[in-house]
Amino acid sequence: MGNRTPLYEAHVALGAKMVDFAGWDMPIHYGSQIEEHHQVRSDAGMFDVSHMCVVDLRGARVTDFLRYLLANDVARLTVPGKAIYSCMLNERGGVIDDLIVYYMTPVWFRMVVNAGTRNKDIAWLRRQAPSFDVEVDVQDELAMIAVQGPNARAKAQAALGARIGAAPQLPRFAAVESGKLFIARTGYTGEDGYEIMVPVDQAEELWNELYAQEVKPCGLGARDTLRLEAGMNLYGQDMDEDTTPLVSGLTWTVAFEPQDRDFIGRPVLEAQRSAGVPQQLVGLVLEDKGVLRSHQKVYTAQGEGEITSGTFAPSLGRAVALARVPAGAVAECEVEIRGKRLKARVVKPPFVRNGQSCID
Amino acid sequence: MSNVPAELKYTKTHEWVRAESDGTVTIGITEHAQDLLGDMVFVELPEVGRVLKSDQDCAVVESVKAASDVYAPIAGEVVGANDVLADSPELVNKEPYGDGWLFRMKPANAADLAGLLDAAGYAAVVAEESH
Repeated sequence: MGNRTPLYEAHVALGAKMVDFAGWDMPIHYGSQIEEHHQVRSDAGMFDVSHMCVVDLRGARVTDFLRYLLANDVARLTVPGKAIYSCMLNERGGVIDDLIVYYMTPVWFRMVVNAGTRNKDIAWLRRQAPSFDVEVDVQDELAMIAVQGPNARAKAQAALGARIGAAPQLPRFAAVESGKLFIARTGYTGEDGYEIMVPVDQAEELWNELYAQEVKPCGLGARDTLRLEAGMNLYGQDMDEDTTPLVSGLTWTVAFEPQDRDFIGRPVLEAQRSAGVPQQLVGLVLEDKGVLRSHQKVYTAQGEGEITSGTFAPSLGRAVALARVPAGAVAECEVEIRGKRLKARVVKPPFVRNGQSCID
Repeated sequence: MSNVPAELKYTKTHEWVRAESDGTVTIGITEHAQDLLGDMVFVELPEVGRVLKSDQDCAVVESVKAASDVYAPIAGEVVGANDVLADSPELVNKEPYGDGWLFRMKPANAADLAGLLDAAGYAAVVAEESH
């Protein structure tokens, strides 16, 4: 038996098909993964993301600590509640994890990291934190529910009533506390919505209140097709400890300016940048019929590459993928599927954003 | 427990086989199999005229989750394929024993059908798997 979130019983009662995900028993779908996908694109769906790990970082020098720890620069955060997405790198410039970090006060940041990387992340944080006198406090008493879709915020507001607090005024990529809730206007679907942290003992009540507003439960299957359509990387597939952000489509998350900011992995990224980045992570759209899957080979005019994440995109009715290919690869390419080479096209992700197709 | 029609024959690899009055057989995947795979998004079928050996992989059903091979339950020649599935692969989920059929074969040896599982035998295979 794996770890269980406080919503485990609720999932089983809803008829979820449960699977192991990074040591957790999680719902893959509640009947139809594709219907759940469309639900999020057209209305509102909710995901139990309590398996993700919330870490509070506190200390007088916490900003200095995070400016050294992360490839993105938290000094860009000046408004309380605002967040950035960043990679946490090792000394080789490889990605230990990707994460969101919220600036709450000058002495407190809140970080959300992946479930599958939890232990190594916490170990890494605890190794780096002491020299900055930063306290690393894992928040295991918090569950998290992501409410996503064009109607997600309105339905969450209807479910929460006064407990919504100041959340309706949140700009994108920002969070606010409301009583014991922590409400962030973030997500992993390419749609608007909230990620709501809630004390473990109140999680099922909140889930049921959202359900009463016809926010439909959605599983990890739909979460994966939604994030891939949105062109969002998945840690462990699209990047890992052996790939830098520069070959993973994440150059935009690396703050090279100001030049005098030292951060872990910086020298390797600088060297890679000046030598010429050898590969790039691109989007692929399959022109022929079939389904793109991770590890399929990609043939471009510049050489061979590999799909890192592939799927059938329900919003587009065709297969899409993220692929690591030689730098400079554009336009036409071929993908090998079961010994046959099929036609595909290189595009710039995202494929879908706010319910609309971004490709021709 | 999923639906296992009594009049069909089955394989351990979750294909069903229906003997037609003209001597051909129709082949699909079982309700249990489609349930395991989830929402179908792509089906690749064998070409008409192709001669298959028993247990030869000859078709692929792909769900959002994964691709899965389909095997020829018996030896014979492919005499038909359900081309509707190219645009409506979800029929495999909705009507696995009806409009979601995959292909038809002319058996090399009609007696081979007797070697397949009956409904009770297949139900036992499913029960075995799910504990």
